[in-house]
Amino acid sequence: MNSHRIRILAVLFLLPTLAVAQDLATFEKHATLNKLPNGLTVVIYERPEAPVFSFFTHVDVGSVQDPLNKTGLAHMFEHMAFKGTEKIGTTNYAAEKVALQKVEEAYSIYLRERDKRLDRDESKLKQLEKAWRDAIAEANKYVKPNEFGQIVEAEGGEGMNAFTNHDETAYHYSFPANRLELWAYLESERFLQPVMRQFYDERNVVIEERRMRTDSNPIGRLLEQFQTAAFQASEYHRPTVGWMSDLNSFSATDADKFFQEYYVPSNMVIGLAGNVKPAEAMPIIEKYLGRLPAHGKPDERNTVEPPQKSERRVVLQEMSQPLYIEGYHRPDYLSKDDAVYDAIADLMSNGRTSRLYRALVRDKKIASDSAGFTGLPGNKYPHLFAFYAFPIPGHKPEEMEQAIRAEIERLKKEDVTDEELKMIKTRARATLVRGLSDNAGLAQQLAFYQARYGDWRELFRSVDRLEKVGKEDIRRVANQTFTQENRTVGIIETAVETGDGKGDAQ
Amino acid sequence: MKTLSLLILTVIAGAVMFVSAAAAQVTDWKQIPIPTLPTFRPKEPKRIELQNGMVIFLTEDHELPLIDGIARIRGGSREEPANKAGLVQLYGETWRTGGTKNQTGDQLDDFLEARAARVETGGGTDSTTIGWSCLKEDLDDVFKVFLDVLRDPAFRPDKLDLAQKEAIDAISRRNDNPLQIAARQAAKLAYGADNPYVREPEYSSIAAVQQQDLMSWHKQHLYPNYIILGITGDFDLAQMEARLRQAFGSWAKGPAWRNPHIEFHPAQPAYYLVDKKDVNQSNIRMVGLGTTRDNPDYYAIEVFNYAFGGGFSSRLFQDIRTRRGLAYAVGGGIGTAFDHPGLLQMRLGTKSGTTVEALQALYQVIDDVQKHPIDEAEMKRAKDAILNSFIFNFDTPEKVLRERMAYEFYGYTADFLERYRAGVEKVTIADVARVAAKYLHKEQFPVLVVGNSSEFDKPLSALGPVVPVNTSIPPPSGGKKPAALERGNERKH
Repeated sequence: MNSHRIRILAVLFLLPTLAVAQDLATFEKHATLNKLPNGLTVVIYERPEAPVFSFFTHVDVGSVQDPLNKTGLAHMFEHMAFKGTEKIGTTNYAAEKVALQKVEEAYSIYLRERDKRLDRDESKLKQLEKAWRDAIAEANKYVKPNEFGQIVEAEGGEGMNAFTNHDETAYHYSFPANRLELWAYLESERFLQPVMRQFYDERNVVIEERRMRTDSNPIGRLLEQFQTAAFQASEYHRPTVGWMSDLNSFSATDADKFFQEYYVPSNMVIGLAGNVKPAEAMPIIEKYLGRLPAHGKPDERNTVEPPQKSERRVVLQEMSQPLYIEGYHRPDYLSKDDAVYDAIADLMSNGRTSRLYRALVRDKKIASDSAGFTGLPGNKYPHLFAFYAFPIPGHKPEEMEQAIRAEIERLKKEDVTDEELKMIKTRARATLVRGLSDNAGLAQQLAFYQARYGDWRELFRSVDRLEKVGKEDIRRVANQTFTQENRTVGIIETAVETGDGKGDAQ
Repeated sequence: MKTLSLLILTVIAGAVMFVSAAAAQVTDWKQIPIPTLPTFRPKEPKRIELQNGMVIFLTEDHELPLIDGIARIRGGSREEPANKAGLVQLYGETWRTGGTKNQTGDQLDDFLEARAARVETGGGTDSTTIGWSCLKEDLDDVFKVFLDVLRDPAFRPDKLDLAQKEAIDAISRRNDNPLQIAARQAAKLAYGADNPYVREPEYSSIAAVQQQDLMSWHKQHLYPNYIILGITGDFDLAQMEARLRQAFGSWAKGPAWRNPHIEFHPAQPAYYLVDKKDVNQSNIRMVGLGTTRDNPDYYAIEVFNYAFGGGFSSRLFQDIRTRRGLAYAVGGGIGTAFDHPGLLQMRLGTKSGTTVEALQALYQVIDDVQKHPIDEAEMKRAKDAILNSFIFNFDTPEKVLRERMAYEFYGYTADFLERYRAGVEKVTIADVARVAAKYLHKEQFPVLVVGNSSEFDKPLSALGPVVPVNTSIPPPSGGKKPAALERGNERKH
């Protein structure tokens, strides 16, 4: 028993030191950072194994930047970035441009009538709507639908997609290595001259996305209400997908303005990983992406959430099984305690040794899953550290609340053990190493860390910071953060049957 | 640190000087040169077949100090008895959590987590798996755990109970998300409600599983000739081979494996409605039986699928999403699988008020592809997409290994990918039209709608006969009640 334990300790002491020295040093030899004169940042990681590469374009704009009354616009633009350019996706751009202007004029006249509080003329409204739809039909005559996506696919693009969250918007796919120049051309065209064609049809697609993710899904409904309750001033209180009335109002002109303001090279970082030689690739990248006009970084200001004064509670009655979630405000990712929160999340949630699994799932047998995580709904601005649990049949959300609270109290009152602390740190290193074998993941990590910290090496340093977290830090941060007045609770309760079958969970 | 970045910047700035200012002149993407892709032969895994029939694939990959292994063992949930549906799922969970003769599952958790290593097991439809992942320094320790779990699992009852509770929770939640309902019910319509590929565990079938069932399953399936083991990572091939021969060489062979006989009985064509009051979007699935990958039609089907319902260029995406704005998620095609018919499926999600409109649009797209078959340009795009992205089938050693293990498991030849490439190249537009005519018979396809019928634009009965689908969860009946339900706020349905 004794010798066994010593062996474990020896491994623990040796392993992290080995791993650090090896990783960053080797890694750095393959990575280069490049800044183009127009402000665009490119990080390349050369990984010559197979003749393929992945890229990740990180744009430092998310739904937090959605203008007032135009929630969902950042995400809407992301969809529009697949609609082509002045050269791709059109049979005659000169004529299309004129037709698209007419669509915007017709839409703004229609909207003015539609949104009148008093004296709205319904028959006039119908005419105006028809005029707008006719203008759309006219503009659509010039469209070669989805040509941009078609080119990427036919040329062998893999995993083409994009996402928007509160903090950022990102575009990514992988290509065979011989298509680097084609990629540089396509990616530059997309952000040089995107055209807002088929905007209002795509808006309907986005509305369906909202119905799918939020409106028709009880957990989606809860999370939206929960976030809205937790944040009152910060832009984090708005859903990324947007509120329905905003989705039914904003225009292509709005999306274009948004693009002009935020899609500037100084606001973008591109990560590339794979069979890419920087000395050969950079001239090509400069040739195409260097064309994006330089522009100052956009206004970064946002509303700061004031300290929460009292607990808030959102309880939804749903025709579904129950769920419990609670969240606590914490500072943004640049906080000196950021690594402490990461350590708490890992300790509470990672695997079968985690405290919440052992307490709620294994020992109390009241939940099928329970965890704590940070970064809700984003982490660029002050956000939430949240805990959740799914009660198993026969158990209620209140029991989840008590059990989670008991584990939080333990964090506040007792030091974590040496073994736990070491486990967290070993795991962080191993996770980092495991992430290095995938081009797409690497491109994403490099772009993300470069954008967020101004240095991709922070990917490694974040593990060093975790290494410095001590037991007292965990107690201090837990006591500071997990307090009653700083808490928001979200609950799904199973609706009680009403007798007309409406409350009947199927 | 700062000097380093500055240095890099200078080097790059130097390189940039050589570039001509001609960039802005590029007006057409077709002008961009595409050099020949260098020939790339992925490292093929070494195949070893032991005397006892166990097949092993090994690939050295020294990029990172990690070693990962996975064993796939014949036999899965398609072979479990219907009254114990869920047995293999419970087995796959408890195999690892229930620990071994020497150590409890919790002790294994502590031991492995201290090394950031994993040994995990799982149950699937046609096989179960056990795998590990570790830093190379820990191979001795972790491989020992792997062997111990593989050979001497204890299936401790407390962990079976825990797995049953989790399974019961999953059953209780299976109607909460409309997408999940749609996926499940669509497969039932295509394969037949009692087909072993789509049969679901119920409270009673979960409760019926005893520790002895897990032990028997293990005893009946853990034979070397049912196992395919694949390992990639930072190891020496000869040493690893010696280690494996020593570990498995003397293991006695079991009886020859026989695949089960499974029948597929698609439902009658009709509109199957899951009425759900708490949604504002309808999930529509039109389904039928697909085919297997050893069918000579396979290559034409692949091309057809891409052109019809695959990517941005596909007919379904272009029409239903881009042109009509009726759906965010839309797609489909003639599904294929290695050893049983895949799921032929067209799917979309549209607001309740355009349910019938979207269905009619879907019918139109199907009719249209018969009247105006996939043309040369569409076929070229589809083939280009498949062939130009072909490299992504084997751009990492793990992918190559995984593919080879699958071919071995299903009795396909090792050159399956090469044949696939050649097969796709040879497809003609006549082939594509032929498979469309052969497999797409919309009048034979049952249609599933999960939606709020009170908000539909027209009743589904305007299209044809409507069959309501009862998705209510049967309460536990007779026998032993699962412990989790005993305290019961589970309501009657």
